[in-house]
Amino acid sequence: MKYWHLVTANLRRHKLRTALTILSVALALFLFASLRSVVTTLHTNSQFGGARRLVAMNKTGIVFILPVSYANKIKGLRGVRSVSWANWFGGKYGENARDFFPKFAIDPESYLGMYPEIKLPEDQKQAFLRERTAALVGKGIADKFGWKVDQNITIQGTIFPGDWTFTIRGIYEPSDPAIGDNVMFFHHEYFDERLGHAGIAGWFVVEINNADSAAAVAKEIDDQFQNSSAATKTGTEKEFQAGFATMLGNVSLLMGAIGTAVVFAILLITANAMMMSASERTGEVAVMKTIGFSNRTVFTLVLVEAGVIALAGAVIGLGVAKGFYPLIKFQGFGFLPGFNVTPLTMLWGLLLALGLMLASGLVPAMRAARLPIIQALRRVE
Amino acid sequence: MALVEIRDVYKSFQRDTQRIDVFTGLTIDMEAGSFTALMGPSGSGKSTLLNLIAGLDKPTSGVVRVAGAEVSAMSPGELAAWRARNIGFVFQSFNLLPVLTAYQNVELPLLLTHLSGKERVERVRIALDVVGLGDRGDHYPRQLSGGQEQRTAIARAIVADPTVILLDEPTGQLDAKSSQEVLTLLQRLNKEFNKTIVIVTHDAHAAERAKMTLHLEKGDLVEKRAAVSGAAR
Repeated sequence: MKYWHLVTANLRRHKLRTALTILSVALALFLFASLRSVVTTLHTNSQFGGARRLVAMNKTGIVFILPVSYANKIKGLRGVRSVSWANWFGGKYGENARDFFPKFAIDPESYLGMYPEIKLPEDQKQAFLRERTAALVGKGIADKFGWKVDQNITIQGTIFPGDWTFTIRGIYEPSDPAIGDNVMFFHHEYFDERLGHAGIAGWFVVEINNADSAAAVAKEIDDQFQNSSAATKTGTEKEFQAGFATMLGNVSLLMGAIGTAVVFAILLITANAMMMSASERTGEVAVMKTIGFSNRTVFTLVLVEAGVIALAGAVIGLGVAKGFYPLIKFQGFGFLPGFNVTPLTMLWGLLLALGLMLASGLVPAMRAARLPIIQALRRVE
Repeated sequence: MALVEIRDVYKSFQRDTQRIDVFTGLTIDMEAGSFTALMGPSGSGKSTLLNLIAGLDKPTSGVVRVAGAEVSAMSPGELAAWRARNIGFVFQSFNLLPVLTAYQNVELPLLLTHLSGKERVERVRIALDVVGLGDRGDHYPRQLSGGQEQRTAIARAIVADPTVILLDEPTGQLDAKSSQEVLTLLQRLNKEFNKTIVIVTHDAHAAERAKMTLHLEKGDLVEKRAAVSGAAR
């Protein structure tokens, strides 16, 4: 393009302003990609769940507990192949809040039997199953903290106070990213013992014989405990995950709203910079038109300039988002396993950049194209 | 037939509620290869006439014709393309683009042609050589003196080989020495290259360099004086 040097020369006119404008676009698109990835990851994870796995939780809500004794009753129901249970265990490792990762007390044998997605060497699996204070950790956190098999680690309980010491006996790698490689599992038996045999479970995972009977079995479980002190609410694992996603969905809605406002504010800044840049050159545009540059050419030049800024910002913002999160192995502090900036998010980001180009460049480009030569020349002559 | 024909041109401006008549039936002819100076007090319509010839402004009525083309009847799109081919314009305050080098400034009109990159390079080199700035192509306007800037602007005006070169007080911001250099250059363009030149000036010494001086007052042509032999040095 023979006009290209005109575009680049104008971008170099105020290098700092151009750089800051590009950076503001980059920041807007980085935020966009990040926030959209939170939503897409939540959505993807909500789709996780075996077709033959049901989850039974307290009808009042996930934070309320159930008696672990329900397991035997559920196991006796028709169509149920096996039952496992788990508890959310808060706790922290180290002093840094950013080092948080999810920890679950599980019934090891039944749980690992139900989740073939948790992959680890057989000898490590057996070592984990054998020992009451053993822990199984994801490769992500093992790498992060430099943990090795047979190493002792101490977790400070938050919901369940005290120092909890475990021996790492296994390091797993998930075959499905929705499981996350940053989770720690340990024996429910040890958990129960430390709590004075409280006999509590956060939720039950129920494997059924036939996926088609999921609704019937779920109803049967809920009917079973309808009149007990802790009624259950049973659904497919997908529904359970979707429930989590919906809970977090409100957060993502809020984040989305804030993000949109930030993107819009940055858009205004960019548009303002473009308009300032164009209005500074009123005289030059008039000179170019006197030479014979058509309104269309002037319009295109200003719009291309806005486009270069938007595209450069998009490449930086989206590129950093795509490269940065995998680099730091970001998983939303355990809440967003499999966090990923998808190609569709990148495409949306580019479309947003295109919109940004039009929104910020259209008005100054039209003004430049419609500029009356005589009046503009009078101002500079 | 004259190269530039101004026929019964009326031009008026509206300022608030007041109508200002600049021209009331002006008729002027300028021949091909002429070197015409437009003189007159401020507000006499010199620059307006220049703008009409360049197609930057339209008459209220009447006809402006340049090289047979009726400029006053063209659309804005047609005018832009026509100006690119036929008009070289030089401003009082040079109006070079500060972000471009002298070479790039001179090349601007050629970007609107179908010339190849190689041909553009050759044309720019010749234009810069003609104005004596062959070695200043990579200088930015801020690195040039006022005289050099104006000579660059003249190179920009001649590079596309236009039909007419229009200059609006080209020596208005120059010192005496630079003014003489620019005027000598204009004479050379007229004599050696047979360029048709119209110059607006307040300066009687500058007007002396022209072959013809038209004196305007309140929009009327009050005097038309050909240079005496030898005056146009």
